[in-house]
Amino acid sequence: MSDTSGEAVTWQALLADKLFMGQPFKRYLRGLVTPFNAVVLIIMCVGIPITVYRFLIGGLEPTTNLTDNSPWGLWIGFDVLCGVALAAGGFVLGSAVHLFGMRQYYPLVRPAILTGFLGYFFVVVGLCYDLGRPWRLPYPMIVSYGVTSVMFLVGWHVATYLTVQFLEFCPAIFEWLGWKKVRKWAVWLTIGATVFGVILSTLHQSALGALFLLAKGKVHPLWYSPYIPIFFFTSAVIGGITMVIFESMLSHRVFHSQVADHDPAETDRLVIGLGKAASVLLFTYFCLKWIGVAHGQTWKYLNTGYGYWFLLEMFGFVLLPCFLFVIGVRIQSAALVRFTAVVTVLGIILNRLNVSIITFQWNLPDRYFPHWMEFAVTIFVVTLGLITFRWIVNRMPVLYDHPDYPPEH
Amino acid sequence: MTTNRRDFLKVAGTAGVAALVGGRTAGAAPVRRISDDWMGVLTDLSLCIGCRKCEWACRKVNGLAPEEGEPMQAYEDKSVFEQRRRMDAENFTVVDRPGPVDSKGNPIYVKKQCMHCNEPACASACLVAAFHKAPEAPVLYDESVCIGCRYCMIACPFYVPGYSYDDVFTPAVKKCTMCFDLITKEDKIPACAEICPEGVMTFGKRSELIELAREKIRAAPDKYVDHIYGEYEVGGTCWLYISSTPFEELGFQTDLDDVPRPALTKTFLSAVPMVLIGWPALLIGAYAFTNRGEESDREETKHIEEG
Repeated sequence: MSDTSGEAVTWQALLADKLFMGQPFKRYLRGLVTPFNAVVLIIMCVGIPITVYRFLIGGLEPTTNLTDNSPWGLWIGFDVLCGVALAAGGFVLGSAVHLFGMRQYYPLVRPAILTGFLGYFFVVVGLCYDLGRPWRLPYPMIVSYGVTSVMFLVGWHVATYLTVQFLEFCPAIFEWLGWKKVRKWAVWLTIGATVFGVILSTLHQSALGALFLLAKGKVHPLWYSPYIPIFFFTSAVIGGITMVIFESMLSHRVFHSQVADHDPAETDRLVIGLGKAASVLLFTYFCLKWIGVAHGQTWKYLNTGYGYWFLLEMFGFVLLPCFLFVIGVRIQSAALVRFTAVVTVLGIILNRLNVSIITFQWNLPDRYFPHWMEFAVTIFVVTLGLITFRWIVNRMPVLYDHPDYPPEH
Repeated sequence: MTTNRRDFLKVAGTAGVAALVGGRTAGAAPVRRISDDWMGVLTDLSLCIGCRKCEWACRKVNGLAPEEGEPMQAYEDKSVFEQRRRMDAENFTVVDRPGPVDSKGNPIYVKKQCMHCNEPACASACLVAAFHKAPEAPVLYDESVCIGCRYCMIACPFYVPGYSYDDVFTPAVKKCTMCFDLITKEDKIPACAEICPEGVMTFGKRSELIELAREKIRAAPDKYVDHIYGEYEVGGTCWLYISSTPFEELGFQTDLDDVPRPALTKTFLSAVPMVLIGWPALLIGAYAFTNRGEESDREETKHIEEG
């Protein structure tokens, strides 16, 4: 009897320690009453019924404005395309630190990998809303292989990369659970996982662009180019870096107790370093895009409505942030770099929406605009991602080093 | 006659490769891009009167009409022509009235359906290989593996596939099959061609249909536009059109080049193995390089400490 009760006590203590952040359950619950959580609750109250309606009652017809001419909408254009591009931080930072020896960025690797993992996970969640028969999601892996399809490559890579990112994040989980031996193995796997992750990322980030190669004539000529895989890859690297900046800004506001021992000057230095990288990449991307215009001989479209839209994207959301980053680095202003990161992220979202929705089927009269439930689901899925991120960061050593495991670098 | 330069090069190329790799593949038949055995339909738009009986027959034969059948009179309603229509999940073929009139002032009608591409974009797009081109020519879709990503609809240059969005649990892509069962098992012709009172559509071997189209154009050069739509577009299609009015005025996609759509992604897909093999080498190299740098750093510090 005493044995079982003893076990029960430790079991409860463990639960309180691991799940309720060391607080008694009641205090933990009281701590959940915050304005942010009230908003989350409202989003859940809208999102969950729509989810039930989408999957069990109404299907795609009443929940979306998708048509035969616009088969891809917000869920693909934003949830999948933007989601994957902006989750690239994991592989960019992982390779910078583990492969290229930029050790100073080590404190940013774990949050970036966690964002990457959750980003991809919720991309798949968002994709499930869009798929006609989401329960067949594993079909390309086990039932029927469409090897000539770029989508086949994307499917396999996203699935594999999810696994790889999980492996990369495992050390944090094992530190949280206190499994020292398993953690050692997981750390040992990190280098291999990082190399594999870079290969997979290179291929599927560019493959998402390559999907649109088949849509020649449907994507506006200014955005269509045989180089679109390279555009997507380059901009994804930029998206990854700028999201890391953006996210470190949010993390320092939301989880300030966890980053108490971080030297703000050091963090600013890292942010400025990332801004420098982003400025070089943005300039490269800007040049590549114009090579695309020259190669496609699409100059004549510049003096049209779509042309002005293209120029806005190129100058307002690529070249302008490029210069702002340069200035931010010159005057050593982390604040300017952070602001510019937000502009850049918006620019990448604009690019993905331009390719997949806004300029798509530009030559047809009917335009697609998302149904309100499509917006609601997107907000719901992003919120799920945010609260999962918060749940993990509040429990596992992501933003800080676990005291038992000092960084090896 | 249908052998064009590209085919010749293809055959020559295959033969060249076969010669290079030796005797084992030399005996294998060369892969031909276009088969003389493919069936097809030639649509002469100058004959179409817009009666829409083909729509009625199509819905009937594909089980889209209610069981008790649809009254043919419902299809005499001309008001549908006021809007431009496309194929959808309920209509695998539609007759459209794009606007232009012929020399006698009669409107031109365009009957649309799947073009049954020689090298279908949908098939190369599908990640579960739900589409395939049957040896008889129809491009067929297998609902049993489809996950519903609708990439085929993005890829199709002719805006053909429709999706049954309103179906909650079994939504699927819907499109014309060239009446595959009728033409292969019952020795019949596609239902639309069968019912047509004006003989707009001729069903036959694609190669012979192209000859027939050429003859028609040659016999009445003043009447027809000198263009067989589908002969070369996106590498050729098995559904072909001739017309008395330029195709661009009839809403046809005339900006399509002769390149088969699957070729657009082939370059990218062939670069994949290069990344798979090249990247690890480069990255591990970079890793070794940066770590070597660190080791020599450590040695240097050691020297300094010892010294």
